[in-house]
Amino acid sequence: MPTQPNNSQDVDIEFRGVTKRFADVVAVDDVSISVERGSFFSFLGPSGCGKTTSLRLIAGFEQPTAGDVMIGGRSVVGVPPFKRPVNMVFQHYALFPHFTVADNIGYGLRQQKPRPDKQEIARRVGETLELVRLDGYERRRIWELSGGQQQRVALARALINRPTVLLLDEPLAALDRKLRQEMQIELQTLQRDVGITFVLVTHDQEEALSMSDTICIMHEGHIVQIGEPRQLYDDPINHYVADFVGKSNFFWGTVEEVNGAVAAVTIDSGLKLSGRLPKGGRSLSPGDSAAIAVRPEVVLIGRPGAEALAATDVRAPARIKNRIFLGEQTEYLVAAERLGDVLVLSSKHNETVTGRLSTGDSVEIGWRTESTLALEKT
Amino acid sequence: MAATQTTNGPRKRVTAMLLLPTTLWFLLLLVMPLVVITVYSLGERAPAGGYQPALTLAQYANLPARLKAFTNTLTLAPLGTLICLLIAYPLAYFLALKASRRTKAFLLTLVIVPFWTSFLIRTYAWIYILGGRGIPRLLEMIGIEDLRLINTPTAVLIGIVYGYLPLMVFPIYVSLEKLDKSLLEASNDLGANPIRTFFQVTLPLSAPGLITGSLLVFILLMGEYLIPALLGGGKVFFVGNALVDLFLQSRNWPFGSAVALTLVGIMLVAITLYLSLLGRQRRHQDVSIL
Ligand SMILES: Nc1ncnc2c1ncn2[C@@H]1O[C@H](COP(=O)(O)OP(=O)(O)OP(=O)(O)O)[C@@H](O)[C@H]1O
Ligand SMILES: [Mg+2]
Repeated sequence: MPTQPNNSQDVDIEFRGVTKRFADVVAVDDVSISVERGSFFSFLGPSGCGKTTSLRLIAGFEQPTAGDVMIGGRSVVGVPPFKRPVNMVFQHYALFPHFTVADNIGYGLRQQKPRPDKQEIARRVGETLELVRLDGYERRRIWELSGGQQQRVALARALINRPTVLLLDEPLAALDRKLRQEMQIELQTLQRDVGITFVLVTHDQEEALSMSDTICIMHEGHIVQIGEPRQLYDDPINHYVADFVGKSNFFWGTVEEVNGAVAAVTIDSGLKLSGRLPKGGRSLSPGDSAAIAVRPEVVLIGRPGAEALAATDVRAPARIKNRIFLGEQTEYLVAAERLGDVLVLSSKHNETVTGRLSTGDSVEIGWRTESTLALEKT
Repeated sequence: MAATQTTNGPRKRVTAMLLLPTTLWFLLLLVMPLVVITVYSLGERAPAGGYQPALTLAQYANLPARLKAFTNTLTLAPLGTLICLLIAYPLAYFLALKASRRTKAFLLTLVIVPFWTSFLIRTYAWIYILGGRGIPRLLEMIGIEDLRLINTPTAVLIGIVYGYLPLMVFPIYVSLEKLDKSLLEASNDLGANPIRTFFQVTLPLSAPGLITGSLLVFILLMGEYLIPALLGGGKVFFVGNALVDLFLQSRNWPFGSAVALTLVGIMLVAITLYLSLLGRQRRHQDVSIL
């Protein structure tokens, strides 16, 4: 359910029924989106779902087979990349090996007409280097830089032309975990500082959740759901989104009855579970196949008969199969009666109440129906 | 420190052993003949031909007698190299960047196939093509009369381009092939149109292939013998032809040696000039190619 643009003044990029076909592959299938000016927008989805193609349609490296791509309210179909007011950070940076850092960053300025004079270019390059915290690296060669530094040069090079939109194709994929998290924060800060629209492509849900204002989840070329990170996490419209964004336990079964915003599902073991219908999702009818989705962090765990579990609607005896210590939290895999394997995420605080639980212990798990969802497959 | 020293000793010995055959080959086949030629070039022709010891610069003073061979070589070799380059670059560019997989394989085969036949035979074929019953006859039919091709500098140039084009195409093709295509997109994305992208990214990054190809063709052309002999018909001759004449026909070994050494000297100067010019330009653009 694509969001409708309310006012074209506030919209930087808009797809209207965009389809891109390569020979027999439909890479992007009837996609309509609008990206608000100054926002951080992400395409999220598994490999091959059409994220890069969507980005390349904005950059102008691909032309749509059908539909209209608009930048700043104007159709750009047929406009070549060098005439579009957008710039891209490439997945492997694509820095020019025959130029220094300064010449790489100044490249965009040197293409402008009229071309700024040497002092002006040097000044702007210095300014941009400062923005990405690389001042003093002007004369360096590209191969003399670390991965993170190259990443920043690529950012600076794309930002120097002051594009209305910055496109980023998996910009952090080549970095190690720690650097990736640092760069996530840096990218967010940068986006706020320069105030231009960022469109990011990623297959890493954590990355998308932590940085974006709006996320567009794709599946085989079409949009599954667009929304704020919170909305996607709390109200995924189907199993595909819930599975992609965060972790969930899914209990599959058949819808028994739908009562307002709550659906009752008889799961395969015969147990009857209820879950809330997500906002914006399609309504379910009795007989439909559906899953009850339970986030690991809403599952409570305790010794049998523990007081903490008294307020839960669903309860089951279980045995701990595995325990992973994650620092602030502990993740348990338990085998529960009639539910099967259930993933439980328990806070450190909880452990002070229940006492230390170990593998093989008999426990009881439970949750409240209001914190679970009833979801269709796709 | 001590550890590196103990491994350093044997390693150096291994390096020396590996370099030994090359060194011997270099001394035996390059330096020695060069020394012999130098000594000969300072000698005199024996009355019955060949060499007789002397210490004179007379042979060098006599060089103007073969001026035509030198001017022919020094105009047609660079010109041939340049024409090869101008034809090979677009071809290599198309092969590496534009052609589909199948077209590419097909065209590369076409470039290679002529090598299956001897160069001599292929050049003989050109005698017929350029001769009176070849291209000139065809041109007569459309009204262009009295065109002579065979035994002219043009014929030699055509032969040169035909024979040496593949040597130019391959190095350029390889350097364009390994060029990261996303660099071209990045340039495009940053506001450079395709022409500017070509001059700012594609050309500098394919320069190694271009330089290799040019040097290869130029050096081989400076010693060319067959093409002028067959297509120049004794009228357009290179230094190579003069040497054959001096050594085999008139048996004037000392003069031949002087001519050969002069050619080597000219070649060294030309290549040094070419590389240093390129080097200066590269430093000027702050572009490192190799
Ligand atoms: N130039 C092309 N020619 C043919 N098919 C293509 C081309 N580019 C992309 N495709 C196909 O389109 C589909 C979507 O590709 P795309 O690169 O957009 O995926 P993606 O979501 O970016 O995946 P990844 O996360 O692996 O980068 C894939 O099936 C791919 O094979
Ligand atoms: Mg991709």
